[in-house]
Amino acid sequence: MASRRTFDLRSQPAFSFVALFTFFMLYLPIAALVMYAFNAGSSMAVWEGVSLRWFYEAAGNERVQEAALRSAVIAMFAALIATIAATMAAIATTRTKPYPGLTFKYAFINQPLMVPEIVTAVALLIVFSRIKVWTGYSGLGYLIAAHSAFCIPFAYLPIRARLENMDLSLETAAADLYATKWQAFRHVTLPLLRPGIIAGFMLAFVISLDDVVITEFVKSGGQDTLPTYMLGQLRRETTPEINAIAVAFLLFSVLLVTAFFFINRRKV
Amino acid sequence: MPAAPGRNAIEVRSVSKLFGTSEAQVAALDNVSVGIRENEFFTLLGPSGCGKTTLLRLIAGFDYPTEGEILLYGQDIAPLPPFKRPVNTVFQSYALFPHMTVSQNIGFGLEMLGKPKAEVEARVSAMLKLVKMEALKDRRTSQISGGQQQRVALARALAPQPKVLLLDEPLSALDYKLRKEMQIELKRLQNETGITFIFVTHDQEEALTMSDRIAVMSSGRILQVGSPWDIYDRPAERFVADFIGDSNFLPASVGAIESGIARVKLLSGAEISATVAEGYQPKAEATVAVRPEHATAVRTGGQLPGSVENVVYLGTDTHIHIKLDSGGNFTVRQQNMRSQSCGFEVGERVGVQIAADAAQVLKD
Amino acid sequence: MTSAAEIVRQAERDDVRSRWLLSAPALLIIFFAAIGPLFVMLAYSFMAKGDYGDVRFGEFSLDGWFSVLFQRDIFDDTIGLADAHLSIFWRSVKLSLITTIVTLALGFPTAYFIATRPPHTREVWVFLVTIPFWTNLLIRTFAMQEVIRNEGILNTVMIRLGLIDQPIQLMYTDAAILFGMVYVYLPLMVLPLYASMEKLDFRLVEAGYDLYATRLRVLWRIIIPLVRPGIVAGSILVFIPSLGAYVIPRVLGGGKSMMLGNLIELQFGAGRNWPLGAAISITLMAMVMVALLVYVRNAARSGAQHG
Repeated sequence: MASRRTFDLRSQPAFSFVALFTFFMLYLPIAALVMYAFNAGSSMAVWEGVSLRWFYEAAGNERVQEAALRSAVIAMFAALIATIAATMAAIATTRTKPYPGLTFKYAFINQPLMVPEIVTAVALLIVFSRIKVWTGYSGLGYLIAAHSAFCIPFAYLPIRARLENMDLSLETAAADLYATKWQAFRHVTLPLLRPGIIAGFMLAFVISLDDVVITEFVKSGGQDTLPTYMLGQLRRETTPEINAIAVAFLLFSVLLVTAFFFINRRKV
Repeated sequence: MPAAPGRNAIEVRSVSKLFGTSEAQVAALDNVSVGIRENEFFTLLGPSGCGKTTLLRLIAGFDYPTEGEILLYGQDIAPLPPFKRPVNTVFQSYALFPHMTVSQNIGFGLEMLGKPKAEVEARVSAMLKLVKMEALKDRRTSQISGGQQQRVALARALAPQPKVLLLDEPLSALDYKLRKEMQIELKRLQNETGITFIFVTHDQEEALTMSDRIAVMSSGRILQVGSPWDIYDRPAERFVADFIGDSNFLPASVGAIESGIARVKLLSGAEISATVAEGYQPKAEATVAVRPEHATAVRTGGQLPGSVENVVYLGTDTHIHIKLDSGGNFTVRQQNMRSQSCGFEVGERVGVQIAADAAQVLKD
Repeated sequence: MTSAAEIVRQAERDDVRSRWLLSAPALLIIFFAAIGPLFVMLAYSFMAKGDYGDVRFGEFSLDGWFSVLFQRDIFDDTIGLADAHLSIFWRSVKLSLITTIVTLALGFPTAYFIATRPPHTREVWVFLVTIPFWTNLLIRTFAMQEVIRNEGILNTVMIRLGLIDQPIQLMYTDAAILFGMVYVYLPLMVLPLYASMEKLDFRLVEAGYDLYATRLRVLWRIIIPLVRPGIVAGSILVFIPSLGAYVIPRVLGGGKSMMLGNLIELQFGAGRNWPLGAAISITLMAMVMVALLVYVRNAARSGAQHG
C-alpha cells in the first residue's frame, strides 16, 4: 500500500528542530549545575564520584544559614507589605471609568519595572547611605523598603487581572442584598480575590528572594542574603558547595512556581 | 385581566438620566413618569437600548437619576444607597456568588440585615422549598444548571421579603422550553408571595403572557402603559403596533369621532369605523393600524382592492401579501385548514375585507 | 434639599477620593524607595565629587556629565573623548542587540513550536519555559558558567570528541557575556511571542496556502505580520534588561569585559566618582526610555491597525 504524504498546514521547515535545541539549551546548564553539586571532590575541575557531601557542608555553614534566614525574613516582610499595598492599589485602579490620575497611578506602580535595576540600586545607595548617616539606623528596614517597592508591580499584576475578570454585578448584588460597602468587600470581593492575592504574594516573595543587584547596593555590612552571599563566593575559587546551595535554591523556586501555576489555574 | 387598581408601590416622577460627558450626553431616560401598583406584575418592554434596564437600575439604586425623583410607597428613595432599599434584584447574569453554596447565597441578604441565625435558616429553607431546590442546597452555584441558577437567584432576591422585586431579563439565558416553564413559575411565585414584580424584557411574548400591565419603551421614553390586551389591541402609536405583533398601516382621513369610534376614509375610498387611540389629537390625515389576522382576502368585494403578490405557507396559517391598487401593501393572515390550500394564486385579483372593529387610529 | 445631580456628583467625588486613599500606600512606598531616589541621583549628577566617594553636597558642577564622554589629559589638560567609556557604551549596545537577535532567532521557532502543539501538551511546554524564567538570575548565570568554563561541559565534551586539544577560553570574554544573556533572557522572548502566536487564527494560514503561497511565503507574509506585536514586545523585553545587565557581565565577564552596569558600579566603588556614576545611570535610563518609547509607539500603531 502506498503511503500518502499529507501536507501539514502548521509545520514550518526546521522549526521543530530549533525548538527542541532551544529546550535542550535551556536545561543543559541547569543539568550541569546539578551534576557538579553531587561531585565528591573539592575541586570544580575534577569529577570524583557522586556524593551528598557538599549539601551537608552547605547546610552546616553558619554564614549560609544566616544568609538564608535573612533572605526569608526580608522576602516575607517585603512580600507582605507589597501584597497589601498592591491589593489596595488594584482595587483603586480597576473596574472604574477613567478618573483624573488613573494613568498616573498605572505609570507610578509599574515604574520599578521600567528602570534598570542597577540604576535604582545606585540611586537607593545614594539616598539610604545618607539616611544611615543621619539616623544611625542601619538595620534590615532599608532592604525591606527597597524590596517592597520593586515587589509591588509583581504583586499588583495577578491581583489586578483577577479583579478585572470579576463580575462587578456580584458586588452590586451584594449591595442589593443589604451588604454595606465594607460587608460586600469582606464577604464577596475578598474571598473571590483570594487566589489572586495568594498568587501576588508568591510572585512578590520569589522576586524578593531572587534579588541580587538592589540588595548588593543597599545592604549594610554583614547583611548578606543568600544571592549576595553566592555572588560574593563566585569571585573566589569556588567549591561545589555553591552548586549545592544553588540546587537547593532552585528546587525551592521550582516548587513555588509550580504552586503558583496551580493556584492561578484554579477558578474560584 | 387587568389588576385591581391599588396604591402605587413605585412612583417614577419626571425622571431623566443622562450618560456621557457634558459635551456629548445621551439621554438614556427622557422625562419618564409612571406609577407601578402594589402587587402587580409590571413589565418594561422595549428593544435593547430603550432605557428599560436603566430605569430598573435607578429603582434599585445602582445609578442615580440626573433629574426627577422615584418614590417607594410615597417616600423619596434618592438618599438611600442600594443596601438600604427594601428592593431586590434578579440580575440578568444572576450574579450568584461563586464561592458560596446555594443556601449561603439565599441567606446572604438576611445575614447582611443582621437577622438571627434561626430566622435566616428558617427563611432559607422556606425559600428552597418555594423554588423547589431543597435537594441541591449544599451545592456550589457553579455545580448547578442554568435553570437551577435562575431559581436560586430568584430565591435569593425574594428571601429578604422585599417590597418590590426587580427582574432584569432573567429568562434570556435559558433555552426555549425552560423559558416557558419559568414564565409559569414566575407568575406562580408572584401570586404566592404577593410581591410587586417589575420585569424587564425585550420579548413581547414573555411580556404578554405574564404581565398585569406593560409599559412599552423606546428611546428613553415610555410610549404606552396598559394591560396586555390594551397594548396589543389598542396600540397608541405606530411603534407599539409595530413592535408587538405585526400590523398593516394604512393612511386615512379621519371624519367624525363619536364615543371613541371614528369614521375613517381609506385611500381606496372605502369608509370604515375604527377605534381611536387614547390621547389622539384630531387631525385630517392619520394612520390606521390593522392586524393581519383581523382581515381576510376575498374574491369579490372588500374595502381595499389589489392583487396577490406572494403566498407564504407557515404551517398554522398562511400569509397572503397583497399589493393594493391605492398604493402600499397589505398582509392578511389566514388560518390553514387541513387538506385544503388557501386557494389564492400569485397575480390573482382580490379584495381585502377588514373585520368590523378591527382598525385602530394611531396617535402619531 | 439636595438635587439628584448633586448626589451623583458627590458620590463620584467620594469614589475618586477613596480610590486615592487606597492607592496611597503603594504610591508612597514606590516614591520613597524607587522613584524619589532617582531624582536625588539626578541632583547628585550635578554636584562636585567628594574625595572619598559621595559628593560635596550642594556644590554645583558639570564634571560628572562632562566625564561621561570626555576626559582631560592629565599632562597637558587637552580634552579628548573618553575612549574607555565609549567602548563600554558600544559594547553594551552591541551585545544587547546581538542578544536580541539571537534570542529572536531561537525564540520564534520555539514559540511557534509550542503554539502548534495540541492544547493539553502546550501547557507543559509553556511550563518548561516558565521554570527557568522564575529561577534566580544569578543561579542561571552560574549555571551557564558551568557550561562554558574551561573545565565545563562544553570544553570537556569537545575534548573527548577530539574536536579540540586545548579548552577554549570563553570565560571573561564578550562571548561569555553573550552566552549568558541569551540563556538568561531567552524566556523573556519566548513568552510574549507565544502569547501572540497562540491567538493566531490558523484559518488565515489555510487561506494563504489556498491562494498558492509556499510555506516560506506564508511565514513571511502572513504569520510574521500577524505576530509582529509579540516580536516587538519580546525584543524590547530582552533588549532593555540586556542593556542594564550587571550580574551577567560581572560573573561571566569578570573585570575584563565590562558593560554599563559594571561601569556604574565602578564609579560608586573603586572609582569614587559618584556624580559620574549618577550621570551614566541617568544616560542608561534615558536609553531605556527611548527603547520603551519606540515600543509604545509601535504598539499604538499596530493597535490602530488591528482594532
